[in-house]
Amino acid sequence: MRASDPPEPQAGPAHSTIRRRVLPNILAQPRGRAGVLLCVLVSLIAVAGPVMTSVDPFALTGAALSAPSRAHLMGTDALGRDVLSGVLWGARASMAVALSVCLLTFACGMFVGLLGGYSGGMIDAMLTWITETLQVIPRFFLLIIAFAAFGTGLDRLVLTLGMTSWPTLARVVRGEVLRLRHADFVTAAIVGGATPRRVFYRTLMPNVLPAALAVVGLLFGQALLIEASLGFLGLGDPGTMSWGLQAAQAHAYLRQAWWLALFPGFAISVAVLGVNLLADAAVRPSSA
Amino acid sequence: MSARHLIRRLLQVIPRILGILLVSFTLVHLAPGDPIVALAGEHGDAAYYAFMRQRFGLDQPLPHQFFTYLSRAADGDLGFSYVYGRSTIAVIGERLPATLLLTGSALLLAIGGAIPLAVLAARRSPGKLDSGLTGVALGLYSMPTFWIAQLAVLGFAHHLGLFPVEGMSDARANLRGWASVSDVARHLFLPALVLASHEMAVLLRVARASMLQALRMDHVRTAHAKGLHDQRVLWCHALPHALLPVISVVGARIGQLLTGAVVVEIVFGWPGIGRLMLAGVQARDIPVLLGLFTLTALTVTVANLLTDFVQMRQDARIRPA
Repeated sequence: MRASDPPEPQAGPAHSTIRRRVLPNILAQPRGRAGVLLCVLVSLIAVAGPVMTSVDPFALTGAALSAPSRAHLMGTDALGRDVLSGVLWGARASMAVALSVCLLTFACGMFVGLLGGYSGGMIDAMLTWITETLQVIPRFFLLIIAFAAFGTGLDRLVLTLGMTSWPTLARVVRGEVLRLRHADFVTAAIVGGATPRRVFYRTLMPNVLPAALAVVGLLFGQALLIEASLGFLGLGDPGTMSWGLQAAQAHAYLRQAWWLALFPGFAISVAVLGVNLLADAAVRPSSA
Repeated sequence: MSARHLIRRLLQVIPRILGILLVSFTLVHLAPGDPIVALAGEHGDAAYYAFMRQRFGLDQPLPHQFFTYLSRAADGDLGFSYVYGRSTIAVIGERLPATLLLTGSALLLAIGGAIPLAVLAARRSPGKLDSGLTGVALGLYSMPTFWIAQLAVLGFAHHLGLFPVEGMSDARANLRGWASVSDVARHLFLPALVLASHEMAVLLRVARASMLQALRMDHVRTAHAKGLHDQRVLWCHALPHALLPVISVVGARIGQLLTGAVVVEIVFGWPGIGRLMLAGVQARDIPVLLGLFTLTALTVTVANLLTDFVQMRQDARIRPA
């Protein structure tokens, strides 16, 4: 198996094929607990961020470019807007984009991977060709073309990323299905008289899920990074406060105001680190 | 590696290249706006439009147009830029050397940094140094490239005043020979370091994991048992095995490396394809963007092929007899 994306989970025969319990396994490791903590923190901010601050992120609330102080914990930007409230509001846009991308990717990747791995033959060959072609396609460049052709917008971002990010997932799922299809416990289930549907949903799926979720977790991080990078390049939505937008505006004032660049970038890194830690822990046996 | 195997692997690439070109071709036709209006201007009459349509083959059925597109692409013709009024290959070709210099240096830096660190981490695993290095790698991997760039500019350029932050060379000084080489190198350092840091984090993670596996292999234990020196076992017996996955990851990540280069080039004003791309989006110069897209996808395909070959040479298990 080729490693397509480096931190791709090692779905090797080293793990037991008995259904692994994902959450207890994650919580048993320090990195898993740290990941859960960060993810919960960022999700809380995304959900309740607008409640945590009474300041509108677009409102002019103070002197322009004032350094972090008690009134403005993260300082203000060139227009006198509060950076902290921007960071709190920004979580929402980034998380919404990453979440939608992941849902779309999960649906496509699971479908293609399970179908290909389970059916084999011509269908599998065809799906593998599509998967491999899509996998070499540079997603970022495709996004740029979509933006040039159809204009920028979060819906286009989600659709393009979601439709092109699934090959990695499909390959992992297909590999897992191929590995498990002839495993003893699957044969046992069939011999025991389970219907194909039951074998599929109750025996195969739960064992494919941990590896699949880890890939989706990594994709979540990548989607956050891509969304922020596009915002940074000025290809985001200027009407929605997001971390990438803040970082883009910070860039012109790098020499005068370090705080403008520091906090939004830190917020993105924390969010991405959280999901990466989770994904890392999900594929590791807890003894390691 | 037998010739037959090599040819078979080469043949496998053909459907993939066809797939890439099919995607590009579909994108051209999905894009809204009539290409004829872009070519002939908004104020032509119907007869002129019909003439242009015929001249550029746009009146042909789509499969026929795809065939024409394929044969043009085989000739190295990927379209005509609306904005620059020249072939896209020529426009991109002007910017490519700068990007190749940047990505090439970054890749060398990343490999050169990641492998010794990975060997060190695996050797001391489990331990403080190992978890420290893994932690730093995961942190770097989680940071957006533009943020690393901003931090680097803040630290190295503004705070310490060590490196220039804009462009590829000093425009004021008219340097020649070695002076100009060292000038470019000074400008190259920060962008290359920033681009390398993300790549290094990825390679470090992969190389460490495969090094740990290699250290558990029988032949490594045998080498130890024979009484070979630790360092020799580490570098000459374990590392060659550990490098195999690293090679394939390097090849598979060429696309991500180029994506990172786009952001880094824009932050540092590096005159490569990144700025061409951003200008292309703003001007909606779709042929140039498609040219970049197709070239990148083809580069990734070729890189995958090359790393497969390197792997085949190195790995006895998949080397055909």
